[in-house]
Amino acid sequence: MATTKKDTVLVVLQLTGANDYLNTIVPYTNPYYRDARPRVAIAEDEVLPIDDELGFNPNMGPVKQLFDDGKVAVIHGIGYENSPRSHFRSMDIWHTCEPDIVGTEGWAGKVIRDLDPSGENVLKGVNFGQGLPRALALRGVPVTSVSSLETYGVLSNVPGVGDGREQILERFARMYSPAVGTGPVMDYLGQTGRDALRGADIIKVAPEKYSSTIEYAETPIATALRDVARVYLADLGTQVFYTQHGSFDTHFNQPPAHIKLWTDVSRAIGDFFDDLKEHDAGDNLIMMLFTEFGRRVKDNGTGTDHGAGGVAFVIGNQVKGGMYGTYPSIRPEDLTQGDLAPNYDFRGFYSTVVERWLGLDAVPIVGGKFEQLDFV
Amino acid sequence: MPDKQEIALMAHLMRRAGFGASREELESRAGKGYESTVEELLHPEDQPPIDNDLLFRFMPGYEMAGAPAINQGEWVYRMINTQRPLEEKMALFWHQLFATGNSKVDNPPELTVQIEMFRERGLGKFRDLLVELSKNPAMLYWLDNNGNHMGAINENWGRELLELFSMGVGNYSEDDIKEASRAFTGWTVGSKIPRNPLGRYHWNFEFRPEDHDYGEKTFLGHTGALDGGDIIEIVADQPPTARFLARHLYSFFVADEPQVPSWNITPPNDPEAIDQLVQAYNDSDGEVRSMMRVLFNSEFFKKARFSRVKSPAELVIGTARLAGSYQGPRPGYDKLALESAYQGQELLNPPSVESWHTGSEWIDGGALVRRVNFAANLLGDTSQPGVHSMVENLRGRGALAPEEFVESCLELVGPLEISEMTRNELLGQARTGGNLDWSTEAEAAESEKRIGLMLALIAASRDFQFA
Repeated sequence: MATTKKDTVLVVLQLTGANDYLNTIVPYTNPYYRDARPRVAIAEDEVLPIDDELGFNPNMGPVKQLFDDGKVAVIHGIGYENSPRSHFRSMDIWHTCEPDIVGTEGWAGKVIRDLDPSGENVLKGVNFGQGLPRALALRGVPVTSVSSLETYGVLSNVPGVGDGREQILERFARMYSPAVGTGPVMDYLGQTGRDALRGADIIKVAPEKYSSTIEYAETPIATALRDVARVYLADLGTQVFYTQHGSFDTHFNQPPAHIKLWTDVSRAIGDFFDDLKEHDAGDNLIMMLFTEFGRRVKDNGTGTDHGAGGVAFVIGNQVKGGMYGTYPSIRPEDLTQGDLAPNYDFRGFYSTVVERWLGLDAVPIVGGKFEQLDFV
Repeated sequence: MPDKQEIALMAHLMRRAGFGASREELESRAGKGYESTVEELLHPEDQPPIDNDLLFRFMPGYEMAGAPAINQGEWVYRMINTQRPLEEKMALFWHQLFATGNSKVDNPPELTVQIEMFRERGLGKFRDLLVELSKNPAMLYWLDNNGNHMGAINENWGRELLELFSMGVGNYSEDDIKEASRAFTGWTVGSKIPRNPLGRYHWNFEFRPEDHDYGEKTFLGHTGALDGGDIIEIVADQPPTARFLARHLYSFFVADEPQVPSWNITPPNDPEAIDQLVQAYNDSDGEVRSMMRVLFNSEFFKKARFSRVKSPAELVIGTARLAGSYQGPRPGYDKLALESAYQGQELLNPPSVESWHTGSEWIDGGALVRRVNFAANLLGDTSQPGVHSMVENLRGRGALAPEEFVESCLELVGPLEISEMTRNELLGQARTGGNLDWSTEAEAAESEKRIGLMLALIAASRDFQFA
C-alpha cells in the first residue's frame, strides 16, 4: 500500500548522568545564580543570550543557531514529584513512567508496539549503543540494537572467518530454520535468529546507500547520530531511534567536563540536522533530549551534586520553537532540599510527542493524562 | 577411564550445579563417581574459598567496591574462579529469587554483602535464610521496611515476603499481609560510619523497640504478640512454602517452568518431581542442602539435559570458563559482567522485585545476536588457552575425518547434544576442508583455523543456548 504522507520519526537522545540545568540554560543575570555558584558559574559575557534573563551555555552554539531558526523548544522545570536523586531509580522512572513502583515496561517499547502491532518491521525501533535501555524493553517487541553500524551483524567479528562469512551466515540461517516437532522454545529461537539476520541484512544497506558532504566529528555522539542519519535516510521504516551520551554526572571539576560534553553533543546535533537538510529530509523527524534530573543549585566547590528539576529539548523543522513552561525559582527559600522544584511532569512531555507527533494514544503509554505542550 | 555417558552426565551436573567444567575436571570428577561428586558439591565448606587477600591485593578496587560495574565484576570473578561451584550457583539462585536491585538501593557494597550472605546461608535451612533476609539492609531498604512503622505500616516487605519469597499468591489474605507487616515494624536500617568522609554509608540491621508494634496479631491462624521471627517460623512451616521453593529449585536447576506469576493457575511440568523435593523439605525441617541432594541424585534431573535456556550469566561465565582466558586476578571481569547485562541480565540489578523472566524470555533479537557473537568470538579464538588446548587435543587425535572432527569438537565443548539440522551444517562445514591435516606447518595452521571456525559455528547454534 503506497502512502503519500511519510511516517513521522522520533529520535530520543538521552543525556545520561544528570545534565546541569542551571549551566545549560543559564539564568545569567539572576544574582541568586551568582551566589549559589561561586565556582561553577558561567560568566555573563560568555552565555549565548536568549533574553535578558536566560542564555544558552556558551558551548551550545549549533543548538542556539537552531533555536534562533525557530526549531528548538526548551521545556523548563521538567521532572516529577519526590525526585529520588538516584541516577538509576530516576532513569527507571523516565524509562517506564512508573514513579511509584519499579516498572519493567519501557514507554518507547510501547510506542514501537503501537506503531507496528504485528511486529512486521524488525527495524521499527532501532537503538544505537551497548545493550537495550529499559525505555525500549517490552516483551514481544523486537528492537534492533546496534553498537556500531559498521560491525553490526550476526557473527560479524568471528576470528578467521574472512571470505567465508557469507557461507557461515548461510549455515547459520539453515541452523535456525523452522523444523517440525522441536517444540515452541526451539521455534521461537529459530524465529528470533532469522529476524536478527533479516534485520542485519536490511540495515547493512544503510551505509551503502548513504552519501553526504557533512563531516561529523570523531566523537561517540557524532558517530551515533551519523548512524541514526544513515538508517533514517535509507528509508527502512524506522520510526523510533534511541541513543545516549554521557556522563553528565559532574560532581567534580565540572567546568571542563561540561564544556566538552556540550561541545560534542551540540556539534553532533548541528551536523545531524545539516545532514538532513542536505538530503531534504528534515520535515518528518524530531529529536527529543532528556536527562534523569537536574543538578543541585549550590555548587560543591568544583562541581554539582544530584538535584531535581531539569530541562528538556525538542528539535526539528516541525517544532514550534521557543520556551515552554517557567524556569523554577532559584531563590533559596523556593528550593526543595536545595534543588529546583520541578513544575512540569515529564509524562506530559512524552504525551505531547506520542499523541501529536506519532499519532498514538498516550494514556496507556505514559500511564495517564498529563498536561501537554504546544511545541508540535 | 570414565565412559562417554558418565562424562556427559558429569558435564550436565557441573553445568547446573556450577558454571561448567573443563574436560580434565570432568574426567577427574567422573572418576570419583557421580554421587560422591554431588556430596562434595553439597559441602562447599570442604573446599578452599577464594583467596581474598590475593584478590584484593591485585584488585584493590574490589574490596567493598562502590560502583555497580566493579561489584558485578567482583562477583563474576568469584563465579569463574571458585572451587565451590555450587556455593556460587546457589548465590545466583537466591539472587534471582530474592531479587534486589541497585536501581533503587543505590548502594552497591550492600548488595555485595547480601550475595555473601547467600553464599554462607544458601544451603542451610530455609527458615534461617529468611530470617537473615529479613535483617539484610539492602533488602530492608529495597522493600521499604525502613518506612514500616508502628501505627503506620508499609506493606511492601510483608507482601513480597509472602507473595514472591515464600508461599506464592493465593495462600494468604490481605489481612495476613497487614499483620505480617505489623510484626516487622521496627526492623530497619542504621548507618555505619563511612570509610572516608566522602564515602557511602554502610548499613546495618537495627531493631528499634520504640517503633515496634508489640500488640496482638493474628497471622495465618496463629494469634499472639508475634514479631518478625515468629512470622518466619509460621511461614516456613506452611505446605505452600515447601512447594513454592521446590518449584523454584526445579525451574532453576532442572528444567524451565512457566513464568512465576502464572504458578497459581499453571501446574508444574513434573508434579512428581516437585513432590519429591517437597518431601525432602519436610524430612529435613526445610534444609536446602537436603533438597539439592535429592534433586541432583534424581532421575528427573539426570534426564533433563539441555532443557533450560541458559541465563546470560550462565552463558557468559560458562563460555569464559570454557575458553580458559579468565584465571585469577586480571582486568576484564567487569566487561564480562557488562556483557551479561547487555544480554539482559545485569547482576545486582534485576528489573524489579519480580526478578528476571527466564527460559525463552531471556531471548530477544538484540540479546540473541549478542549471545551468538560473544560465544562465537571467544570459542572461535584459538589463542584462548582453553580453546588452544582443544586444538591440541584434536591434533593428538591425528587426521580426523569430517564426521570425527565434528564429533570431537562437540565432545570438547560439552559434550553438547545437537539437532540433526545443526549437525548437517556442521558436517557440511567440516567437509569443505576434508580431513584435518597436521603434516606440515601450513596444513596445521589451516587445521587450527578450521577448528576455530567449527567451534564458532557450534557456539552460534541454537543448541548451544541450552544448559
